Amino acid sequence: MKHIVIGVLGAAAFGMMATAASADTLGDVKARGFIKCGVNTGLAGFSAPNAQGEWTGLDVDFCRAVAAAVFGDGTKVKFTGLSAKDRFTALQSGEVDILSRNTTWTINRDTAQGLNFAGVTYYDGQGFMINKKSLPDVNSALQLSGASICVQAGTTTELNMADYFRANKMEYNPVVFEKFEEANAAYDAGRCDAYTTDQSGLYAVRLQMKSPDDHVVLPEIISKEPLGPSVRQGDDKWFDIVKWTYYALLNTEEAGITKANVDEMLKSDNPEIKRLLGVEAETKIGTDLGVGNDWVVNIVRATGNYGEIFERNVGAETPLKISRGVNALWTKGGLQYGMPIR
Amino acid sequence: MSQEAIRDDSARVPLIYDPRVRSAFFQVLLVVLLGFGIWWIVENTIENLSRSNISTGFGFLRGRAGFDIANTLIAYSSDSSYGQALVVGVLNTLVVAAAGIVTATIIGFLVGIGRLSNNWLIRKLATVYVELFRNIPPLLVILFWYQGVLSLLPSVRQSIPLPLGSYLNNRGFYLPSLTWGPGFWLILAGLVIAVALVWYVARRAHARQMATGQQFPVFWVSVLLIVGLPLLAFLLAGMPVTVEFPQKGTFNLTGGTNIKPEFLSLYLALSFYTASFIAEIVRAGVLGVPRGQTEAYSALGLRPGKGLRLVIVPQAMRIIIPPLTSQYLNLTKNSSLAVAIGFPDLYAIGGTILNQTGQAIEVVVIFMVVYLSISIITSLLMNWFNAKMALPER
Amino acid sequence: MQEHDMSWVRTEMVLAQAAPRSQVGVAAWLQKNLFASAVDTAMTLVALLAIAWALPHILNWLFFDAVWTGTDRTACLTTEQGGQLPAGWSGACWPFVGSRFGQFMFGRYPYDERWRVMLAGALFLVLLVPLLIPRVPYKRLNAILFFGVFPFVCFWLLVGGFLGLRYVETPLWGGLMVTLVLSYVGIVVSLPLGILLALGRRSHMPIVKLLSVIFIEAVRGVPLVTVLFMASFMLPLFVPPGMTFDKLLRALIGVALFASAYMAEVVRGGLQAIPKGQYEGADSLGLGYWQKMGFIVMPQALTLVIPGIVNTFIGMFKDTTLVLIISMFDLLGVVKQNISGDPTWATPQTAKTGYVFAAAIFWIFCFGMSRYSQFMERRLATSHKR
Repeated sequence: MKHIVIGVLGAAAFGMMATAASADTLGDVKARGFIKCGVNTGLAGFSAPNAQGEWTGLDVDFCRAVAAAVFGDGTKVKFTGLSAKDRFTALQSGEVDILSRNTTWTINRDTAQGLNFAGVTYYDGQGFMINKKSLPDVNSALQLSGASICVQAGTTTELNMADYFRANKMEYNPVVFEKFEEANAAYDAGRCDAYTTDQSGLYAVRLQMKSPDDHVVLPEIISKEPLGPSVRQGDDKWFDIVKWTYYALLNTEEAGITKANVDEMLKSDNPEIKRLLGVEAETKIGTDLGVGNDWVVNIVRATGNYGEIFERNVGAETPLKISRGVNALWTKGGLQYGMPIR
Repeated sequence: MSQEAIRDDSARVPLIYDPRVRSAFFQVLLVVLLGFGIWWIVENTIENLSRSNISTGFGFLRGRAGFDIANTLIAYSSDSSYGQALVVGVLNTLVVAAAGIVTATIIGFLVGIGRLSNNWLIRKLATVYVELFRNIPPLLVILFWYQGVLSLLPSVRQSIPLPLGSYLNNRGFYLPSLTWGPGFWLILAGLVIAVALVWYVARRAHARQMATGQQFPVFWVSVLLIVGLPLLAFLLAGMPVTVEFPQKGTFNLTGGTNIKPEFLSLYLALSFYTASFIAEIVRAGVLGVPRGQTEAYSALGLRPGKGLRLVIVPQAMRIIIPPLTSQYLNLTKNSSLAVAIGFPDLYAIGGTILNQTGQAIEVVVIFMVVYLSISIITSLLMNWFNAKMALPER
Repeated sequence: MQEHDMSWVRTEMVLAQAAPRSQVGVAAWLQKNLFASAVDTAMTLVALLAIAWALPHILNWLFFDAVWTGTDRTACLTTEQGGQLPAGWSGACWPFVGSRFGQFMFGRYPYDERWRVMLAGALFLVLLVPLLIPRVPYKRLNAILFFGVFPFVCFWLLVGGFLGLRYVETPLWGGLMVTLVLSYVGIVVSLPLGILLALGRRSHMPIVKLLSVIFIEAVRGVPLVTVLFMASFMLPLFVPPGMTFDKLLRALIGVALFASAYMAEVVRGGLQAIPKGQYEGADSLGLGYWQKMGFIVMPQALTLVIPGIVNTFIGMFKDTTLVLIISMFDLLGVVKQNISGDPTWATPQTAKTGYVFAAAIFWIFCFGMSRYSQFMERRLATSHKR
């Protein structure tokens, strides 16, 4: 009996356990054949499974871009939905290789929590949403004194809200939920007067309400929320790949290379484009990074450039209708600035 | 000669068949294996922590928490420390557990006695209650109350008015709150004196009954004293109390006391769930008292009410208390399910702190220590009570 | 010899008479059981009133006012909420359960592979039912198949990835199948582990005893969620970097360890109930420790505590719902996810409907098990009756 049980346990453990030494994430990823990417469980526009069960969104596409850089194939990635609470543990324990889950870059997370942020894929700020139908007189977050506010536990949102209300000497009742979906449902059911999260999230959450048109996002932005992908500390090579995938997405947009014209661009005479796409003679940019020299081409083929990813997932044509704003390229007055690839 | 042979024989038993040697060997092996396992875990943990740059130790408890908590019994704000946040969590756990224990005991005793009732209908109703609640997961009961029942209550504007100026809406239950003015100490003093008097009266009455057989209505006198003296003090002090009724504010009802739906659903669910187990324990306890005891007190001329109180219940309590203790412990442990509906108990707050600081081990150690202490203290209290109720064997 | 006058002795039997009116019949039953005294009458009336008030509400909500067909939430909304139903309507929204039934059972398990789960379920039943019926022979073989062989078959069927079956990753699992897998593995692991711990606790070796006591009491003193919390947040810290456990496996470890501590206490109760003479008898036969336990003590002790084991199992079955706190989707988790994460069916009645459905399923399982435990209790009690 005992032996049988041990045998069963052993078989189960063997079957379900994946071993990978995290000091060499790239090697492990290549040996495994796919990237493990941690995303939000369901935030429209950033990461949510669609009707066919495929993951879509800006955070999801970023992981696809990394997969394209490493494997030349944007589909070689497996997604894991993570709650705010288990996301850091999942990354630290190696359950995921990249955490691309609308996570705010803070010094605490960068240092004390053992994360390395590779860039800012979306500059965001925290806002409030209210039900205009039941609260027609509220036009500003400063009128929220005494309100019950739904928020997700363990996020910077929770902390910013506390700071904001304290700074403005207002009272409030936090109604804190473990999971994002619970907070949404509670707000929709009228348990809270206001809902707070990153503004992009508010627009996404609004779509999931029973009647989205009743809800308005208040104008105040109370914090800086630079959202970006992160990796484990102590693996510079992997960190570089993720970081430069992000810059490649920006640089291709700047150079006007899109999913549609990338094959034409390969024939371009422009030395900068040639260098970027790895068709420069004797180039070592890709191999130095640890991937193929055609990595940028693969990224653009798989996901398009940053602008395309943005427009496809959260842009004006999507239900979220978010304008580029600060997320435009630096050449167009935004903050997105890709370090030169050369 | 033969003696010698036996001794020789035993001396020749190989060490491997000597039970003492085997037992010692086995234990040493176990310790070595365990020690190795612990060493391996500690080594890995240290390496993992240093790799992800997480500091260790309980120093983080002094750090600023930064988040707010809705239900707080002690003064707490986002400026308070993580340690204070944890204290808030522990207190919330204790409050919901204590409230649940009291309610579950009351419902449980009623239903348990109902199951033994002569009345067929009452018996069946009690059975339905027990079979319904004890076969459903407690978490489901909590969620049912929270999302199924309490969320259907009307919004603040359409609050259901209840007697005494209280209201019920989907933000919870609003009660008028009492603010005591100066002279409050007089009422407290009255209460203390009343309790002391009751104790004295009870002792004297008992002594008198033992000596002369004459009885004294201790119960009614106690009620009179405990209600009367503080009331007298209250009137003497000039009614030093202001009642604050809940008023409609911009968003919520302001003023008064608010019992939040998270607390209500957790409290109701835990009470109803645990009561079904307590009912069964009570039933088993009463049935466990031999029938002869009933016949005996009838033979002595005691009326059923008195017989039940003086003969049956004290004996049934001896059977009831040990399993009752474990139900109390279960209820306390189940209160950690609060996290599913966002009630800030120890587990929920600990989880948030873990998320802010990454101090997984320290937080788990705190969980273990707190829950184990609660368990041990409850067990000790109930054991003391049990010992008091135990049959004084002569 | 004296002649006796026997004329006063009846020569034929008196016909049996009907019992007095006050002792038989409906009226007597009613008087005895419902209206025995004034207090009784009052209680009966109050209870009747309560039933008369509640029962129509419950039945109407469940059946008569319930919505049975529909494709999305508009089917279950009143006019003021944007649907067709009259204002003030309240009833179950059953099409919600109907449209999500597959998810409630299998989670996101791939549709084409669901036959594997059903096959595993069927095998489970085929092996379990004969094991539970005392009359059916071949108990030993049956038990070996159920506890020894079936886990491997089940693992192969559900996880796959070898012998021609496609690999199905555990994050796709969900619903009732996860509940059952967790409970099954929980009992298969916790029973032997619990026996070992119980033996350890009664062992004469001080270190073994101490360790067993520490483990049992520590686990029993904390809530299952903290054990699951440890399994999901601390286990990754305990192992070398990069070695990761599947989430389901972590939950399994947590549930199994937790259940084994409770099982140990149940088994210990059985061990203590075995008379000392049995131990001494085994010793006098010259049996070793494991022989003594395996052939003499354990068979008796385990038979004695079957009800306790079943009760522990019921508790574990209910406790599996707690995995939703570590973001896994058992039956309750899937129901909850569909209630709060999906606007398609968001109506005021959805939550109640979903939870009532989940409660019904849990209730059927638990009630069945508790009835079985009572049946075994009665069966086993016969031999100990004095």
